[in-house]
Amino acid sequence: MTALTRPALAALALALTASPAPAETITVTIDKLVFSPASVTARVGDTIEWVNKDAFAHTATVKGGWEVIIPPKSTGKTTLKEAGAVDYFCRFHPNMRGRVAVSP
Amino acid sequence: MFTRPTVALAALLMLGAAPLAQAADKPTDPQIAHIAYTAGTIDIEAAKLAIEKSKTKEVVDFANDMVRDHETVNKQALDLVKKLNVTPEDNATSQALAKAAAEERGKLAKLDGAAFDKAYVENEVAYHKQVNGALETLLIPSASNAELKSLLETGLKIFQGHQQHAEHVAGSLK
Ligand SMILES: [Cu+2]
Repeated sequence: MTALTRPALAALALALTASPAPAETITVTIDKLVFSPASVTARVGDTIEWVNKDAFAHTATVKGGWEVIIPPKSTGKTTLKEAGAVDYFCRFHPNMRGRVAVSP
Repeated sequence: MFTRPTVALAALLMLGAAPLAQAADKPTDPQIAHIAYTAGTIDIEAAKLAIEKSKTKEVVDFANDMVRDHETVNKQALDLVKKLNVTPEDNATSQALAKAAAEERGKLAKLDGAAFDKAYVENEVAYHKQVNGALETLLIPSASNAELKSLLETGLKIFQGHQQHAEHVAGSLK
């Protein structure tokens, strides 16, 4: 460790922050009023895409936060901007629940 | 022969009684299809009244959601009975449901403003609760066709969702 000079440490830190994992798209399927997987992990910058197989419209709604409308037999998506775990539900059918854990 | 269990179900639906003694005779698939379709139609008609009368955005939005979902479920039910070559059969339960619903609509039609909103939304909570009870304890267990059973199970999830949605709207009106 002592061999590492201050500029070397700075370069290392820069390298770590400057090479983030490429943003990914995570798919959550909705079938018969169930989000699956019900719980997903993601990073800031990733996109969650909901694929709705139902003939019913659904939403992915975070209380006091974002909301995605997912039309019947269609898709909806959002790009995650904030770190933290959030629970979401369908505003039309609040018995439908899911969770996204977002790491920085 | 079919009269007794359907009357028992009608009583369950009307009174909202929780326990249901398992009847010896079960409703047949054509009767179940008719009851499910009727239950959906009743909610659509109540919603249309709300869309016409209410001036509260949250109530009108909820009513529009009811029309959209129940029309979808009923379309799926019609497609299924057509595919299965089943003719929905009118029965005492469907008739009792329709009669009670007509009375409820009559009451709602006389109300306006906040009184209408409150009565409509409270009735939606109670109505979905009753239909959920009937689906869980009688209609789903009695259905013999697997596709009909599956449609009723999806219908139950929709109705349970609507009940929670209605409870949420009721809470926001206070
Ligand atoms: Cu939904």
